[in-house]
Amino acid sequence: MSDINNEAKQGSMEVFFNGLVKENPTFVLALGMCPTLAVTTSAVNGLGMGLTTTAVLVLSNAIISLLRHIIPNRVRIPAFIVIVASFVTMVELLLEGFIPSLYSALGLYIPLIVVNCIILGRAESFASKNPVIPSIFDGLGMGLGFTVALTAIGAVRELLGAGELFGIPVINNVLGMFTTVEYVPISIFVLAPGAFFVLAALTALQNRVKRKMQEKGQNVDKIQSGCSSDCAGCSDSGCAHRFVDVDGAPGSVADAKANQKKEG
Amino acid sequence: MFKVSSNPHIRSKDTTSRIMQYVALALLPTTIFGVFNFGLHAMFLVMITVSATVLSEYIYDRCMKKEISIGDFSAVVTGLLLALNLPPEAPLWIGVIGGVFAIIVVKMLFGGLGQNFMNPALGARCFLIISFTSIMTNFDCDAYTGATPLAAIKTGESAPELLDMIIGRTAGTIGETSMIALLIGAVFLLVMKVIDLRVPGSYIVSFIVFILLFGGRGLDVNYIMSQLAGGGLMLGAFFMATDYVTRPITKNGQYVFGIFLGVMTGIFRIFGPSAEGVSYAIILGNLLVPLIEKVTKPTAFGKKKTKKEAA
Repeated sequence: MSDINNEAKQGSMEVFFNGLVKENPTFVLALGMCPTLAVTTSAVNGLGMGLTTTAVLVLSNAIISLLRHIIPNRVRIPAFIVIVASFVTMVELLLEGFIPSLYSALGLYIPLIVVNCIILGRAESFASKNPVIPSIFDGLGMGLGFTVALTAIGAVRELLGAGELFGIPVINNVLGMFTTVEYVPISIFVLAPGAFFVLAALTALQNRVKRKMQEKGQNVDKIQSGCSSDCAGCSDSGCAHRFVDVDGAPGSVADAKANQKKEG
Repeated sequence: MFKVSSNPHIRSKDTTSRIMQYVALALLPTTIFGVFNFGLHAMFLVMITVSATVLSEYIYDRCMKKEISIGDFSAVVTGLLLALNLPPEAPLWIGVIGGVFAIIVVKMLFGGLGQNFMNPALGARCFLIISFTSIMTNFDCDAYTGATPLAAIKTGESAPELLDMIIGRTAGTIGETSMIALLIGAVFLLVMKVIDLRVPGSYIVSFIVFILLFGGRGLDVNYIMSQLAGGGLMLGAFFMATDYVTRPITKNGQYVFGIFLGVMTGIFRIFGPSAEGVSYAIILGNLLVPLIEKVTKPTAFGKKKTKKEAA
């Protein structure tokens, strides 16, 4: 157990950058595909969706982390969903009140943040086992990683599919400087198939960058904290855990996980 | 009966490049008729599309440090098929974009010839139709204005004379109009045993049956013939559905594949919003090929079905 406690002291910044780059929720973990494919028709929509999710993720991670000793292990998923849903409702009402254009653009996908795998996944695998501060940074890193990914996908799709970037017709502006040729948008990129093309291309690009980094000898492994590398004796499903809180109250999520580890 | 002796074996002359050359040759009558029918621009379009496919395959192989595979002529056939699927007055860059998409995305990224799960020419055609709908569905040209025969039938206008449709003097894509030219190529392929009648035969027969049942015109020979001759059915049935890579290997699977294509084409044409549905039907069929093969896998000689024993 001492190993695990040592690992738990990893800096918040490392947790933050883990979510942003090494374990980017979209390109590496492939979580939250539904909003990724559906709302990234333009860079603004991607950015808005990403930031909305980030806000919910940070708040829900913080609250779930605070309540991790209280929530009984058996009903943890419903409890998580109640917490997430209340934050989503708040964000939804705020968006409707203050940014109605974004609210109408995202539409159904705002309430669907409740069942976004990123949020439930981080609650289950990180916030329910870790103190508040790392949980907040994990939420921030994961959320911003999601935002960057969605904005990138949205920007490429908007650029190719409409010739615009954040609503400005950049391609035609550039072409207009030299010629009178008008850009003919490849409209498949703002339709559903384009989302798959761009996601695949960007994921491939990310993997290539990662491989180059590896060749240069940089450490690109995920944080292996909380893992004894003994997968056969590991009782945690999904291998998403990284810190185990040994001080959990009896019956709570943290306690159950710690017990599982001991028995394993 | 079939003794397999030890080597050396006699090698068959049918290499990939030879078969592809036959297919390209079989497409020549259609291409020549298309150029004759639609004018010089169609010829430029065909040439630029073929060079786009061949060049992009060459560049991809160079960049990925692979063996240069353009010698197998499959890129030529892909380019030719794609060009025959374009409207005669389409701008030249359409052919370039389509050719690059067909080779790079649909074929090479999945591993090159033999690994592509979808007919590259049709994949590119659908990509172009979704992306540039207005260009790809504009069949107006010097020779013809107005709707394609199928669109005219669909909207209830008077269709062109049946003879014109069979000869090919109608509006449409470069290669789909002439039933006669396509059939000449198909007969050549059948005689050279490059293709057989399993897929095209079951495709066309099941399509006719579907039209009879659901077309609402009964046994109207004129209507049935114009459904066969108008649109891309002949081009699709003989040249694209028979693609070795994207049709099932098993004999029974090929019948299933053909019947599926016939039914889907009928559904698209009669119940769908657009007049044509061959390309979407074949693409859907391509996607189902692994499942069809799994179901129709023949049992090996001497093996019984072990359903009961396992239970």
